[in-house]
Amino acid sequence: MRLEVDIEKYYRGFHLRSAFSVDTERFALLGASGCGKTLTLKCIAGIEKPDRGRITLGDRVLFDAEQRINVPARDRGIGYLFQNYALFPNMTVRQNIFAVAKEKEYAEELLDRFFLREVADQYPAELSGGQSQRTALARMLVTRPKVLLLDEPFSALDNYIRTRVEHEILDLLDTFDGPSVLVTHDRNEAYRLADRIGVMEAGRLVEQQDRQAFFDHPGTVAAARLTGCKNISRLKRTSDGSLYAVDWGVTLGRDTGEGAEDATHVGFRAHYFTYIPAEDAAGMEGMEASEGTKTSEEGAPILRCRLQRVIEDTFSVVICFRTEGNPVDTPDALLTWIVNKTGWDAVKDRVLAGTFTLQLPPEKLMFLKDN
Amino acid sequence: MDFSPLWISLKIALTATVITFFLGLVAAWGVTYLRRAKHIVDGVLSVPLVLPPTVVGFLLLIAFGRNSGFGQFLESIGVNIIFTWQGAVIAAVVISFPVMYRGARGAIEQVDENLIFAARTLGMKEFTILRRVILPSAWPGIAAAAVLSFARALGEFGATIMIAGNLPGKTQTMSVAVYTAMQGGNRELALKWVLVIVTFSLTILILMNYWTGKSFRKRRKAS
Repeated sequence: MRLEVDIEKYYRGFHLRSAFSVDTERFALLGASGCGKTLTLKCIAGIEKPDRGRITLGDRVLFDAEQRINVPARDRGIGYLFQNYALFPNMTVRQNIFAVAKEKEYAEELLDRFFLREVADQYPAELSGGQSQRTALARMLVTRPKVLLLDEPFSALDNYIRTRVEHEILDLLDTFDGPSVLVTHDRNEAYRLADRIGVMEAGRLVEQQDRQAFFDHPGTVAAARLTGCKNISRLKRTSDGSLYAVDWGVTLGRDTGEGAEDATHVGFRAHYFTYIPAEDAAGMEGMEASEGTKTSEEGAPILRCRLQRVIEDTFSVVICFRTEGNPVDTPDALLTWIVNKTGWDAVKDRVLAGTFTLQLPPEKLMFLKDN
Repeated sequence: MDFSPLWISLKIALTATVITFFLGLVAAWGVTYLRRAKHIVDGVLSVPLVLPPTVVGFLLLIAFGRNSGFGQFLESIGVNIIFTWQGAVIAAVVISFPVMYRGARGAIEQVDENLIFAARTLGMKEFTILRRVILPSAWPGIAAAAVLSFARALGEFGATIMIAGNLPGKTQTMSVAVYTAMQGGNRELALKWVLVIVTFSLTILILMNYWTGKSFRKRRKAS
């Protein structure tokens, strides 16, 4: 069953424009807080009314501004999981589920399936985060919805429960025969849970791709930042036609990659730098390029790096550095390189000494547009 | 001591509160879901709160008195409310209605919006949502509003004395009795009634604090 959404809404000085369609798959709406993703979900559910547009589910029209069709939320057959679960505080777990259940046996079955028997007579105020969420899920499923809408389902949970609950939701999504839309600001969550990802920015759905394509080629600066890319620079074309990363002070060579023609920016993920040991670095002198970078024989830019700061994380080490002789001093001029703890042991001495050499594999460069 | 003012006051205040409770609740729910002209309707419904009670009494006299169309209609079917305890009830309802309405509306609006949204997506009809989701959550606030409006009705003086007069044994409420006693120079009697009124009002306010405190604690635990 296909969910098709094409809506516009003006809301408190904010202009929402969302257009996408979801078949029996998991679609994530990824975006920063306040970008309109929850509002989109609410419009689909019928809790908010768009000003223009159309929403259809299968061959049913749920909303059509022109034909003045607006099916009330209770008749849309849509399951909505709220960020704070919205359990009725005056009812026990059992009452919460049975209050909306039309099939009593199915309700009992869900009580067991979500391991809620022991807490069935407790009130929401007495439940843990995981129990609350399972109750909300059971209550949502008992109405046999045709679409699942999940609004930041993990943000209310402590870290250590998150994984377990995530597995429960994954199980649920795997067996659910219909479209599901998940809203999140966490790119990792979107990657783990969704098949396709759509990016929302300031009220507009700016693009959508399947998740691997999205992470390899985010396409825009905003999307790249959302995927956690830490190194992004403005791009300039030099007189001889090669590309120059302005904020990094790095020449990227000529023949560079997908999207390079109309790109305004370039991104590079912190994990992809290659370390060049001191001995090899010395042998790379004498090739030409601008100050602070050389190009190796394969055309991969070489960076002379000056250490700014080292931050130890739980399983990795974050190294912040600048390139030698870079005249630019914007925030983007501070580059980030991340190694895991074992990798760190190999490079530690050289890096902590203050100067070291890195290489940029050109196939890992991401060319971006700034919309 | 003739205790009839106490029974008269209670009879009037309780009757008025029962009426005000339902009227105020319906008005609160209606205005919360009103889309247009919300502020105007709210203003009209709240106006008895800010008008001097004697003004309210005067307006009621005009509306129900012999010289108005409505008053003449009432007379024709044998109903007279001037100088009766029923008239005092009407005055008390008008005066205490805004208290109930505003309190109930505040309690209803405090209910987490997401609860109502969730109930809708889960298939509940609007009236079921009011009955099973909104009212149970808003109940402590609504009860407090009812108690406060009872206290207001009990203490009503200005409008009551204009519509219902001061007929001992029939329409002389406690507040009117204090006034009458003072007018007649009977300080001791006035003081006795003052003590009764103060005790009553204090008890009512303490009850109200207890009720709203309970709801605060329940909400805090849930968050």
